Amino acid sequence: MNSAPRSDDSQAIKESDSSMGYLGADYTIKSWLLTTDHKRIGLLYMISITVFFLLGGAAASLLRLELMTPRGDVFGSPDDYNRSFTIHGVFMVFFFLIPGVPAVLGNFLVPLMIGARDLAFPRLNLMSWYIYMIGGLFTLYALVAGGVDTGWTFYTPYSTMFSNTQVIAAALGIFIVGFSSILTALNFIVTIHTMRAPGMTWLRLPLFIWANYATSLIIVLGTPVLAITIILVAVERLFKVGIFDPAYGGDPLLFQHLFWFYSHPAVYIMILPSFGVISEIVTAFARKKIFGYTFMAGALLAIAVLGFLVWGHHMFVSSQSMYAGMIFSVLSFLVAVPSGIKVFNWTATLYKGSVSFKTPMLYALGFIGLFTIGGLTGLVLSTMATDVHVHDTYFVVAHFHYIMVGGMVMAYLGGLHFWWPKITGRMYSEFWGALSALTVFIGFNLTFFPQFLLGYIGMPRRYYEYPEEYQVLNVMSTAGASVLAVGYMMPLLYLLISLKVGKIAGPNPWAASGLEWETASPPPTHNFLDTKIVTSGPYDYELQEYADSHRAVQEQGIV
Amino acid sequence: MWEFPLFPDSASTFAPKVDALYIGLVLISAAFTFAFAFFVLFFAVKYRRGSNADRSNIRDSSPLAEAIYITVPTLMGIGLFIWGAIIYFELISPPADSIEIYVTGKQWMWKAQHPEGSSEINELHVPAGKPVRLIMTSEDVIHSYFIPDFRAKQDVLPGRYTTMWFHPTKVGRFRLFCTEYCGTEHSRMGGWVTVMEPSAYEAWLEGSSETNGLAAEGEALFRQYHCSGCHGANSTVKAPPLEGVFGGPVPLLNDPKDPQSGSKIIVADERYVRDSILRPMDEVVSGYEPLMPSFAGQIPEEDLLKLVAYIKSIGRGRAGRTLSDRGMSEGEGASSNITDFMGGASANGGTDQ
Repeated sequence: MNSAPRSDDSQAIKESDSSMGYLGADYTIKSWLLTTDHKRIGLLYMISITVFFLLGGAAASLLRLELMTPRGDVFGSPDDYNRSFTIHGVFMVFFFLIPGVPAVLGNFLVPLMIGARDLAFPRLNLMSWYIYMIGGLFTLYALVAGGVDTGWTFYTPYSTMFSNTQVIAAALGIFIVGFSSILTALNFIVTIHTMRAPGMTWLRLPLFIWANYATSLIIVLGTPVLAITIILVAVERLFKVGIFDPAYGGDPLLFQHLFWFYSHPAVYIMILPSFGVISEIVTAFARKKIFGYTFMAGALLAIAVLGFLVWGHHMFVSSQSMYAGMIFSVLSFLVAVPSGIKVFNWTATLYKGSVSFKTPMLYALGFIGLFTIGGLTGLVLSTMATDVHVHDTYFVVAHFHYIMVGGMVMAYLGGLHFWWPKITGRMYSEFWGALSALTVFIGFNLTFFPQFLLGYIGMPRRYYEYPEEYQVLNVMSTAGASVLAVGYMMPLLYLLISLKVGKIAGPNPWAASGLEWETASPPPTHNFLDTKIVTSGPYDYELQEYADSHRAVQEQGIV
Repeated sequence: MWEFPLFPDSASTFAPKVDALYIGLVLISAAFTFAFAFFVLFFAVKYRRGSNADRSNIRDSSPLAEAIYITVPTLMGIGLFIWGAIIYFELISPPADSIEIYVTGKQWMWKAQHPEGSSEINELHVPAGKPVRLIMTSEDVIHSYFIPDFRAKQDVLPGRYTTMWFHPTKVGRFRLFCTEYCGTEHSRMGGWVTVMEPSAYEAWLEGSSETNGLAAEGEALFRQYHCSGCHGANSTVKAPPLEGVFGGPVPLLNDPKDPQSGSKIIVADERYVRDSILRPMDEVVSGYEPLMPSFAGQIPEEDLLKLVAYIKSIGRGRAGRTLSDRGMSEGEGASSNITDFMGGASANGGTDQ
């Protein structure tokens, strides 16, 4: 990897024009819609998940506006509020958080990082995007044709027998989009097994690859259970077959077991790829090998396995057996251990590094802080006695937003800023980048920290109206949400502007290690002009003395 | 409006224990968060690019450090688990002398029925200083009964009984919420729990009772639904008598369809009585034929609760069918809390335990 072109290489700069590479290969609409290039498919995903993120975000903004006052005012009726939080949850979880990092950054980077020309099944990859869009459109249809008011959790028997909304259409959308996840995951697993460059052994894989590998395993094993559960919901709803509704001889708890058997691992589907992103960013901006590489890779796999064994901690007050509750509680504490290893090792990686604070690093540091708070507040929920009190209150809402939004979204934005020069060949404004990272961090904490307090004093979630004593904290939360919204809008603008006016990035603007930085930015259609041969492990950063002497060179490409 | 509470009111025996555990968890979390924040920021600044900090002897990994990362959080986690589990056991183990109140949830209201006959909607009156056990069911979807000031919560499911208990320590009015999303009016499905001095509670019960008590109504229903035709004393059909059944062991056939399959022993509780009415073929008492038809769909939840209360009143150790007699004097009958309470109500706290 020592042959990485430097950003002062004039030849490389010339090749890194965005009219070159995969972006300039063909400009027709058809060439995008029928592409089998993993990089272009990654961009298709990027555009679609951004649209769904904006839809889900718009719903969230309305919810926060409604909750500024105790009485209902923004929405005409509780039903509209209930539909909106369902839209927010369904779009964010199934159409943004789950596909986010793997389908956008993973699609773009997995082949590049292992030195492959494409994913193992390029056409299947395109198909998975189409399936994603069909699922998305079905769900959008459900939203236009009356909405859905069950929440993203679709608890029975409410969803099967009592809701008068478009449950089937929305569930069908989620059913379909599941296949898109499965196909992408399958593609990743096969690619990582069979298409690594010569010398790229398993223990030389970047942690981003390990993270996507572990995620893919969860997706392949867990998503079918969700599909089956959705079919059972549809069968009960359409044909009145007693599965979940006790009035027909079913068991409502069965649904919760099946649902959380998928949906708890799904939390790790959302967060594991983020761990990979953060490991790449922290090493690049500390200019140091990751501390405890094997433990970091092992922790990813341990989380993937343990994540399947803790679903019952969503059901401590559901009337599940107390012995089952105990097992799920102790396992939930154990799953915290590998998550702790990650945070410890990121911190230790900074030790004796050479740390610089570019936008991706600011997002990554924000991630570490927010993920730590999100993870530790999870202890309150895995402890049975405290969970009884805070279950289904705003404490839970705050906790999982710290993990999902504070974790996954921060990591996604950090990764987007880190690899933006690779994806587009252009640099964005560092000033605006740093400002957005700071705004998102502050806005996020303002929005969600008050919700921890709100939850402990007793405000239940999914409430359209609430008692007056909860108003102060709700107003704070809504104020924070407006700051957060500004923070999220900023990258949308300056990243787009960078496409026109951004400085040419060159192949490796961060002087980062990794095969993806050894090719032009944007990369040519087949990624590499020659076969890469890997001779050392990942994160092979130079010793500090070299780094210092090359500092001037490194920073030339970055403004 | 500008008050800034961090804790809800502390109005039950659970509250101080759960709060102590919560504070412990928050302190540990805060310690870790600040430690991480300190080290991340300290390293990031000390080893910022271009600083002259000492960077010799860089190590890529340290098995000792990893072992500490793994051991310390694991031990700490198990410690917290045990602390939480001990309190949790208390949260789900009602004392034997609890007052029992039946609660039915339906879209979008809570109905409470006291054994003495009082019933109330979106309100619950309980005496201070006595354990209260709620036996709950839902008529439609899943609801959840939540009283933040008591730190008590339990999901309420259709088709089965769930129970929760608490021991109020403070007189006052406390908010009651539904915390399991249940449709349009979910956020309005709540009310108040009123904790009263025991004497005031007795007076309230006296004043609000419209009937002779749940068990007495259950006895009437027992005849109305023709249960007594088979289970009564003079019946010609061979059905098990129900006196003394509740609370005691019942031998059930291992395979309800096969009289020779041998038997297992269960304890007759509310669930057993309910299921025996709605799904009699599932659990057949050893030595009897599976003859009883199912009453599923024919008896509303509120009537079921009354029937259960009646079966309970003639249960183990209870004094026959005298419960409808509210004039029972102290010591007569059994140690049933219902019995005690009935006696207490009429004698104005005479049998208070």
